Amino acid sequence: MVQRLKTLESVAFPAPGFGIYVHWPFCLAKCPYCDFNSHVQDDVDHARWRGALVREIAHYAETLPHKQTVTSIFFGGGTPSLMVPETVAAVIATVRAHFPVAEDVEITLEANPTSTEAARFKGYAEAGVSRVSLGVQSLRDVELKFLGRQHSAKEALAALDLARQHFTRSSFDLIYARPGQTVADWRAELAEALSYAGGHLSLYQLTIEKGTPFYTLYQRGEMPIPSDDEAAALYEETRDQAAKHGYDAYEVSNYARAGEESRHNLVYWRYGDYLGIGPGAHGRITIDGKKYATRAHRAPQIWLERVEKHGHGAHEDTQLSCEDRAAEMLLMGLRLAEPLSLTRLETAAGGAEVLNWQEIRKAEAAGWLTVTEAALQTTEAGRLRLEYLLSHIIL
Amino acid sequence: MTTEQSRIRNFAIIAHIDHGKSTLADRLIQTCGGLTEREMKEQVLDSMELERERGITIKAQTVRLTHKAPDGEDYQLNLMDTPGHVDFAYEVSRSLAACEGSLLIVDATQGVEAQTLANVYQAIENNHEIIPVINKIDLPAADVERVKRQIEDVIGIDASDAIEVSAKTGIGIDALLEAIVTRLPPPVGEREAPLKALLVDSWYDAYLGVVILLRVVDGVLRAKEKLYFMNTKTTYDADHVGVFTPKLVKTGQLSAGEMGYLTCGIKSITETSIGDTITHERNRCAEKLSGFKPSVPMVFCSMFPVDSSEYDKLRDSLGKLALNDSSLHFEPENSTALGLGFRCGFLGLLHMEIIQERLEREFDLDLIPTAPSVVYHVYTNKGEKIALYNPADMPDPVYIERIEEPWIKATILVPDDYLGGILQLCQERRGEQLDLTYVGGRAMAVYRLPLNEVVFDFYDRLKSVSRGYASFDYELDGYKEDDLVRMGILVNAEPVDALAMIVHRTQAEKRGRHLCERLKDLIPRQMFKIAIQAAIGGKIIARETLSALRKDVTAKCYGGDISRKRKLLDKQKKGKKKMRQYGNVEIPQSAFIAALKMGDE
Repeated sequence: MVQRLKTLESVAFPAPGFGIYVHWPFCLAKCPYCDFNSHVQDDVDHARWRGALVREIAHYAETLPHKQTVTSIFFGGGTPSLMVPETVAAVIATVRAHFPVAEDVEITLEANPTSTEAARFKGYAEAGVSRVSLGVQSLRDVELKFLGRQHSAKEALAALDLARQHFTRSSFDLIYARPGQTVADWRAELAEALSYAGGHLSLYQLTIEKGTPFYTLYQRGEMPIPSDDEAAALYEETRDQAAKHGYDAYEVSNYARAGEESRHNLVYWRYGDYLGIGPGAHGRITIDGKKYATRAHRAPQIWLERVEKHGHGAHEDTQLSCEDRAAEMLLMGLRLAEPLSLTRLETAAGGAEVLNWQEIRKAEAAGWLTVTEAALQTTEAGRLRLEYLLSHIIL
Repeated sequence: MTTEQSRIRNFAIIAHIDHGKSTLADRLIQTCGGLTEREMKEQVLDSMELERERGITIKAQTVRLTHKAPDGEDYQLNLMDTPGHVDFAYEVSRSLAACEGSLLIVDATQGVEAQTLANVYQAIENNHEIIPVINKIDLPAADVERVKRQIEDVIGIDASDAIEVSAKTGIGIDALLEAIVTRLPPPVGEREAPLKALLVDSWYDAYLGVVILLRVVDGVLRAKEKLYFMNTKTTYDADHVGVFTPKLVKTGQLSAGEMGYLTCGIKSITETSIGDTITHERNRCAEKLSGFKPSVPMVFCSMFPVDSSEYDKLRDSLGKLALNDSSLHFEPENSTALGLGFRCGFLGLLHMEIIQERLEREFDLDLIPTAPSVVYHVYTNKGEKIALYNPADMPDPVYIERIEEPWIKATILVPDDYLGGILQLCQERRGEQLDLTYVGGRAMAVYRLPLNEVVFDFYDRLKSVSRGYASFDYELDGYKEDDLVRMGILVNAEPVDALAMIVHRTQAEKRGRHLCERLKDLIPRQMFKIAIQAAIGGKIIARETLSALRKDVTAKCYGGDISRKRKLLDKQKKGKKKMRQYGNVEIPQSAFIAALKMGDE
């Protein structure tokens, strides 16, 4: 009976899996909206970086007492399509040498859709990459220029075409809710994008991040981004258009045909374990029932030297409290359209009270949450207002 | 060692804020060797952290200097540094009563200001010899001749032999010391007469207990003597007797004409009475000194702890501040919306701001202050007179016969160019013009104004319409009946008593509309639509609607960086703790403060 219940639970709430994130911190140019850990540097010593990435993976493999089966590898950045294919191959081979790897492992690489980078697609495919995620961002040249991108819309479509030839799966990103963008403008651009999409799309509303050039413009009042109401209208338009083409909003900003979801990102959202490899990469690792948050040093050169000296570039390694674990599970899990298991939440919370049930009932009455004995699930209305919701339902 | 009275000079320094008073005092201390180089911090006399930071003097301070004059004699100079702000005019009046002369400091680049004027008149009333001192002559914008003319035209004292100095560079300091010796009169007390000393101020010191600042008028005060305080009719044994250099230095005695300190085992400043006459228990003086009028709080507001469990801490903290600030008044208050707190009385708006800031900074309290208000006199139709300190306590209008509000007489000095805006401002605030004169490119406007209109945001507006050039001073000028109403604010039909205010009927709609608009911007959007209304009794006079929250989710989740999101969530939750619940609406503390600070754009 207990066994059967467990099975039911795992059917209703799929296992999160175990992912490895590899960060390539270099870019040809910094985009004015981006606050990720990226650096512009021309003379990257590829052999040296390859050695360091491989060494850090091996180091983790040696220190982990229990090795979970790897279900996804993700090359992010920066611009990972600036990596030479040999490095990608070496990283994948190292993972395979040290960890059990699932048969259907998803190996994604983020790429910029410029022609020079697309020329490397063949090499990445041969190295073992099965999925690319292209930073298309817009199909309008004027907008691409505004966003500081190095490619044209035409180049992006060509890269997309080439990606289809080399990889079994592909996705691309678009940024919308840009200054001055109307619902009609976006509808047309999105319809075009959906006709090119290969099963997965990430559609992000432009977020003004502190420390970026866009933030400076915004502070000066020169960045007329849409109001909450306009942003909500754009969001609803996006959802409707995507649904018409068979794409479900399985996460706040991610749309997929059934089975095409990003398995790696699902590891984060379902709050599974993942290793963070490379400068500034974050990880979550469970050892003996305790969950640790790791963060590597952000500065590429320091990270490199540390790995060469100590085998890893970790800057911080903190054990998370029960409350923190539960809060993280909620703030990631409720971004998904799928339900979040209360049993899993209780396990993460380790007996601590983390939910404000009075607020949960209010949110339920407002139509923001669906609550059952076994699970919490946000409705679309709830996902749109997630910051408010989280700050109220978490004690 | 006693100094002959002929070689004692007691003087106060009068100046507008920023005219360099404290810097000059520091320079005098340094020149006379009161402190070693190492002890010489900038603005030595402003000892409170806040005083030093804001560059203002709040409490009067005193220091004894020894000056070797060119005639070869050592002179004892007792300097009193006085607050420059109108809120602390009361402290100024006490300091002036303890001296025979004043230095009038005027900034060579700014000229005479309204507060300078008020303080100079006080000095003249105290029969002071006044030495005009023109400071900051080293600055390129200095216009010494123009400032001299202003002193003569506006204040009406001779400025031909004004001393020109730069407290910053030290230019003219020797000439100033010489002028203090030759131009100011020595004190004229009788050393052989029974002891008669003026209690100028008192404060609490953690090590010494209450320290009394005094001026000996007649006789000699020695340590170990039995003393009698004539107003409080109490007897104490003198413990320490000494002077400020500005460090406390025991001298064992103080004679006629000298200033210094006394400790005598007093535990709380409430046991001392400012302006009291101190004499010997056995050999009492015949008549006591005239003393001072007690300080009267003019501006009131309530303060509530954000976290209701901090009520006791707030009470203790106010108690500690009151130990050294006899003009701070407070009493418990119970608000249905804000819980337990205190109704506090202040000398003015700056005083209020300083107290709030000290509570938050030094005592680490998070406070919700209510709108500042004044004391109204409410006459009921039963013939009772009620002093109304808090708009929330206003009786039902049907029981009210009439309401009177306090008025002030305000003096405003402003460059001609900005006069139009100032007159319009006074008019908007129901002002009545009493006088308008022009002197050397400046206008002096004298108005009668309701204090209520001034506590609101008058000072900020005055500064903004005059680009900071107007200066302002006021004195209370009686009560007057008017058509005053209590305006309440309702959030989703729930009254928010912290935002209730008493306003003139003609101003109610404008102010209500403005406050509602302001709150609409300040209250974050929530699960449902929120109505924000201003009302007089049951009648709604303004309304705004805050629509429900539609979207706040962040688009991206930053790869695996969950820590950043979690920290953000922690911050949001912390912010939520600073919210007050009205019915089902949450109002952040910052909204109260910002709404109450509003100006009429």
